[in-house]
Amino acid sequence: MTAKPKLAVFKFASCDGCQLTLLDCEDELLAVAEAVEIAYFLEARTQEIEGPYDIGLVEGSVTTDHDARRIREIRKQCHYLITIGACATSGGIQALRNWADLPEFVRHVYADPQVISALDTSTPIADHVIVDFELRGCPINKQQLLSVLLSLIGGHKPRLPSYSVCIPCKQRQTVCVAVTRGIPCLGPVTQAGCNAICPAYNRECFGCYGPQQQANVPSLTHQFLRAGADRGHLVRLTRNFNGYAPEFREASNLLEQHD
Amino acid sequence: MAPRHLPVGSFVRIDKHDLQSILDSLSQRGYRTIGPRLRDDAMVYDELTRVSDLPIGYIDEQDGGRYRVVSDPQQRWFGYVVGPHSLKNFVFPPHETLLRSHRDADGLWSTQTELPETRPVAVLGVRSCDLRALRVQDRVFLEGPYVDVHYQSRREPLFLVAVNCARAAATCFCHSMKTGPAVRGGHDLALTEFVDHFVIEVGSDTGGEVVTETNWTPCTIEEVQAANDVPQRLSSAMQLRDKTLPASSAGDVEVDHPNGRYLDIRGIRELLLDNLEHARWQAVGKRCLSCANCTMVCPTCFCSSVEEVASLTQDNVERKRSWASCFTAEHSYMNSGTVRKTTASRYRQWLTHKLATWHDQFGQSGCVGCGRCITWCPVGIDLTVEVAALRGDKS
Repeated sequence: MTAKPKLAVFKFASCDGCQLTLLDCEDELLAVAEAVEIAYFLEARTQEIEGPYDIGLVEGSVTTDHDARRIREIRKQCHYLITIGACATSGGIQALRNWADLPEFVRHVYADPQVISALDTSTPIADHVIVDFELRGCPINKQQLLSVLLSLIGGHKPRLPSYSVCIPCKQRQTVCVAVTRGIPCLGPVTQAGCNAICPAYNRECFGCYGPQQQANVPSLTHQFLRAGADRGHLVRLTRNFNGYAPEFREASNLLEQHD
Repeated sequence: MAPRHLPVGSFVRIDKHDLQSILDSLSQRGYRTIGPRLRDDAMVYDELTRVSDLPIGYIDEQDGGRYRVVSDPQQRWFGYVVGPHSLKNFVFPPHETLLRSHRDADGLWSTQTELPETRPVAVLGVRSCDLRALRVQDRVFLEGPYVDVHYQSRREPLFLVAVNCARAAATCFCHSMKTGPAVRGGHDLALTEFVDHFVIEVGSDTGGEVVTETNWTPCTIEEVQAANDVPQRLSSAMQLRDKTLPASSAGDVEVDHPNGRYLDIRGIRELLLDNLEHARWQAVGKRCLSCANCTMVCPTCFCSSVEEVASLTQDNVERKRSWASCFTAEHSYMNSGTVRKTTASRYRQWLTHKLATWHDQFGQSGCVGCGRCITWCPVGIDLTVEVAALRGDKS
């Protein structure tokens, strides 16, 4: 990598929240700008420096033919390509269309449906090109983003947890909402990264960081069903921001099959 | 000359409301006083300066993957048993900085070991199983070839007011592990609760000093006997309930023991180590979530992960230690990859270490029968059922 790596940020189908995390670094932003050359980041600056880039951060999922062609070009331009967020990593909330009829949606939403040219599916970046590292979350965590950038600048492999949300949840001494109140919570099957924020506010985890490394979703949903949870609720819980991630997708399909 | 304070081994009686003066005395001595509090639907350890803040009149109902607080018709002060927290949280906290390094303008590094704040902690309401768990951790952190100074600095000033259990949850099996319910050592004071008074056994010189300052009266022989009888009667009840258990639950994952757990520890090391390829490991691996809750709540699990965290300028580096778990891929990651790839292999590692190879490593069991791993497992995996299944197929 060159002395001051060139960083580019690209957007696909997404809400911009993950890119915003980079701007949200605030206190660290100047240090980031010192450490890397922000070469292409349309949300932050209009100046566009041409590739190739050392680090490419990709937000959003592939939902059009144009997206599918563009990501291949971007891959050629980036030494390291890192996806940021649930959309880029698993297709995002818009991947709910993968279980539905897109023309039907379009007909209801747009006055002139013929202007819409979209694929039937929303798919993660890794379905189209090789991804070097996936940064999870909806949105991503600022500290994790900084940690990954620091690793790449320092020339070592990023080190982020692949384990469950329950580990930070117990570390911050939150009392388990599933065990004490019988609330279906995805914490045990979801990857850490948010510091278990929802259970700390008496809410269930709804899987923003996608499946943990060893996610055993059917065992967890089976337990919730036994304890009296509504099957439809569990389908909606697993089919969420990361619903199209394989482990969540298979579990929600399984729940639906037994309906 | 009469001793200036009540000697170790003496039994005294205090009125229930005088427990406040023990808390006050500890505060005056500089202790941060901790005790059971009802928070977020569970009994947790938290700051406790007034005995009226104890969960008086509440008990806990526990079972696999289930914990509920209900009211106690007997209105006891200590009718509940163990919650999700244990003494581990105070002596081996979830996160701590071990050392800090700084690079100055000339590029020279300086490094300092970071010792925790020195304010000593006093914990009220500690149960026998947790005292025994502390001894297990002492063996790990203090009695090996390397003394952990971070653990030591918290452990040595720790003041412990224990409680003899008068009630067991369905997940308790201290009687099987011979770790309870009676408090036997490791405490500064041990309380036994009665309707309108506590009997206190003095367990240390500091404990004697603290009680001497309260409004105490000497116990009659009958009162001492009554205090000893409380955990003894509970122990007998726990033993009797054993007999109602099914002999084996092999192959059946729906086993439910409303009447309490039991773990047959006879020859357990060999039982586990001779059955490393038993089909039961695969069966439990299908249910296990690899979420690590069991290891987080276990009062003896001591694994940690140490990481160097640098500032963006890379001039400041902190060495941080956090609780880790053998249920993660990271735990067995080496340069060639993750050694224990399957959940079944991780569960087997945890259980065989806890109940079998812990004996080889530390000369004792790693399990104290507190039942936390059963209660706080989101899918209610029960080690007593797993061991019974392994044993059932053998016999």
